[in-house]
Amino acid sequence: MIRSAAPVAAGFAIAVLLQLAAGSVVGPFAVKLLMDIGINVVLAVSLNLVNGFTGQFSIGHAGFMAVGGYVAGCITYYGSFLLWGGASVRPGLLSGGTLLFLGACLVGSLVASGAGFLVGLPSLRLRGDYLAIVTLGFGEILRVMLQRTGDVLTDPASVKGAAATTLATSLGGSLGFSGLPYYTNLLWVYVFVTVTLVVALRLKFSSYGRAFLSIRENEIAAEAVGVNTTRLKVRAFVLAAAFAGLAGGLFAHEVGVSLNPRELGFQKSFDIVIMVVLGGMGSVSGAVLAAIVLTLLPEALRSFSEFRMPIYALALILMMILRPQGLLGLREVWELPWLRRRSAGGGTETA
Amino acid sequence: MSALLDVSGISISFGGLKAVSEFSLAIPERGLFGLIGPNGAGKTTVFNLLTGVYRPDEGTIRLAGRDLVGLKPHQIAAAGMSRTFQNIRLFPDLSVLDNVRVACHVRGRHGIASTVLRFPAHVAQERGIEERSRRLLALFDLDARRHEAARSLPYGDQRRLEIARALATEPKVILLDEPAAGMNPRETHALAGLIRRLREEFGVTVLLIEHDMGLVMEICDRITVLDYGVTIAAGARDEVQKNPRVIEAYLGQPTEEAS
Amino acid sequence: MDGVAVGSLYALIALGYTMVYGILQFINFAHSDVFVLGAWLSYTLAVAFGYAAAGAHPPLAAGLLILVGAMAACGLAGFTIERLAYRPLRRAPRLNVLITAIGVSLLLQNVGQLKWFFGTQPQRMPSLIDDKILAVVAGVQIHLVDLAGAGTALLLMLVLDWLIFRTRMGRAMRAVSHDTAVAALMGINVDAVVSFTFVLGSSLAAAAGFLYAMKYPGLNQPAHATWVLLGLKAFVAAVIGGIGNVRGAMLGGVLIGFIELFGAAYLSPHLRDIYVFSILILVLLLRPSGILGKAVAEKV
Repeated sequence: MIRSAAPVAAGFAIAVLLQLAAGSVVGPFAVKLLMDIGINVVLAVSLNLVNGFTGQFSIGHAGFMAVGGYVAGCITYYGSFLLWGGASVRPGLLSGGTLLFLGACLVGSLVASGAGFLVGLPSLRLRGDYLAIVTLGFGEILRVMLQRTGDVLTDPASVKGAAATTLATSLGGSLGFSGLPYYTNLLWVYVFVTVTLVVALRLKFSSYGRAFLSIRENEIAAEAVGVNTTRLKVRAFVLAAAFAGLAGGLFAHEVGVSLNPRELGFQKSFDIVIMVVLGGMGSVSGAVLAAIVLTLLPEALRSFSEFRMPIYALALILMMILRPQGLLGLREVWELPWLRRRSAGGGTETA
Repeated sequence: MSALLDVSGISISFGGLKAVSEFSLAIPERGLFGLIGPNGAGKTTVFNLLTGVYRPDEGTIRLAGRDLVGLKPHQIAAAGMSRTFQNIRLFPDLSVLDNVRVACHVRGRHGIASTVLRFPAHVAQERGIEERSRRLLALFDLDARRHEAARSLPYGDQRRLEIARALATEPKVILLDEPAAGMNPRETHALAGLIRRLREEFGVTVLLIEHDMGLVMEICDRITVLDYGVTIAAGARDEVQKNPRVIEAYLGQPTEEAS
Repeated sequence: MDGVAVGSLYALIALGYTMVYGILQFINFAHSDVFVLGAWLSYTLAVAFGYAAAGAHPPLAAGLLILVGAMAACGLAGFTIERLAYRPLRRAPRLNVLITAIGVSLLLQNVGQLKWFFGTQPQRMPSLIDDKILAVVAGVQIHLVDLAGAGTALLLMLVLDWLIFRTRMGRAMRAVSHDTAVAALMGINVDAVVSFTFVLGSSLAAAAGFLYAMKYPGLNQPAHATWVLLGLKAFVAAVIGGIGNVRGAMLGGVLIGFIELFGAAYLSPHLRDIYVFSILILVLLLRPSGILGKAVAEKV
């Protein structure tokens, strides 16, 4: 078990390093970019669990991100008011504020996974196409409901006096939830990135992961060899939703971000789908690479921003016709033929 | 001797068409039975009924005394009945080894937490799965190619892999759906030996759908003949071979003896 | 009356979804974008003919001309999409085609918003029919626009019904939707049938777009959320009626129109989008094959 803790420790160490060093080396804009990359990695890798591993088609991932983000934001914001009379950041590695933030993110993740269960269970019993429609619809419904929420309360007295349900529905409406404290930093982002990657990779290279993959490869055969396909599909979906919710919590507390319903609509869902498809459905490292590239690309091509979506769309279509397995297909970066060492092989032990 | 697989009067209709009509079968432990009949006779439908893909409109299916009707396919696999498919259904992009390892999943206990946290029980189980799978592959002469994608195997190897995979679920009964399809006489002969080994070495009970009469006559203890979903003959191979209704159903098809 | 008018719009769009699902077993996500294309083309044509000017009184024939023009153009668009994006993936796993469909949808939306096409500003459709109230029956106002719209939709649906159930091509379509392989063996040109289906569905969607523009002249830009919601609801209509079943789509469309209307009137107008999706979830849970559909088992 000590051996198995090594990658996790390494990941955390990198997170600490980034937090301490990156700011002074590259400047605040690049730091924000690094945080965006990290959040997108969590989103892409988690969606990969559903679209890549089990081969289902979910296009509402941003909806779970929204659930997690809003729940976390609500807890941090109103919790801060109730505890300390205001929502400004309380600095310090494990200050009360940071603990509240972390707790809020975890709760957001939990609620998102609950939403995943409610959405996934009915749809995953049925043919694959229906999940797409249901997840799309879920995202839209969520957006509509969020837009109908009341204004954010800014006065400590009114927060203290308000009922819990009022607080839960004062989320800013279409203007968005403003005033959230900026607790998200490189450390937390990359701590969670590490967790996500470890979970995804260890699942993939295990009996559990192989069972997931078998569903994507041939669902009928999977059932015939004893894989409970419905249960596993739901599990993958719920797990993915949990991580999306986590990413949402990180997103909500990020500097320079506005948490509003439109930001986390189907456009965002498609962005994540494109990352998973281009990187290779089923490849964790592929999703990571695609997340990095597709976070940086729009920045680099800012002047062509109106062409971004048409280009993505065209790329998606061409990809499906010419190279449907994406960049890496099912394989990880270290499994590519010219990188493969003699002992390692497709599907055997790793991390 | 009570039957291991006891099927009694199962039927199913699709729309107005009765695809299988009151099918019954009783296979003793380690039996090797054949199910034959012209194309479209309902043989694969019987397999689908037995494995839970379809639910019979009537009748019972018992495996070692346990009622299987209404169970989902994965539950039936867990209960001890596995199968191969007429059109091979491997996991094409997974490796040969992984194809077999997936089938080992059902006999283990798995959890997300124990997998992610690498609990010792999990690690030991994974090792056990790998060893068992490799042993199975070795017996089927596929271990050398274990890292290749299943889709890249030649046809005959793919069929053998499918059988190996079905075996990995530790079944009591295996249903083989036209395992000799597309094979030449030499390969078919090897297959016959393989199927016999299933019974002798693994103690598995076998029900076989086949068109290759030579294979069927060579290895099956008893044969059931279906035509349009109806059982028109059932018994030892000599009886069935000489049955006029059987000959009529196969009109124009000469029965061959194995060379 | 509103329910009928809106319902018939949903029905027209739903028909395209259901026909394509019937013969190819996949959800053409890009279908609703053809509907949007139809609406915007109608606008563009109307402006091109000079009917946007104040005081313009376009003759009835103009409306018909624009309708036919939009239908033809969208029919062509549907044909092209199928030919270029979907046909190469005829044998690919379903997931891939779904992804491609999403890509096509996004492409249509975002290219449509480029300045050389329809731009990012909402526009107002010039009115081709005077907004008169014809009569008031049992407290319900009957607008000319609604009547014309519903009437046109009904006419188109009758033509479609005749096409599908009383012509050779229609029989071929039904054969292909039943069993593609067997249909091909019987000598049916499956590619031609598929193309025809797309052309048909797309022109109906265009008609819906035209009628929509008549009823709700404020057109949002192509990638706006309102269009996505409309398309989704039309798909729900197809599912409720029984996906793959043409008459089911018509039925489903009208049902959805009424459900929305009554929900908004008697429960809460703010949650109108939610009613339709709740119905979808209910249907998927209780009777996934829809009202008129039948469950099709995959061949094992």
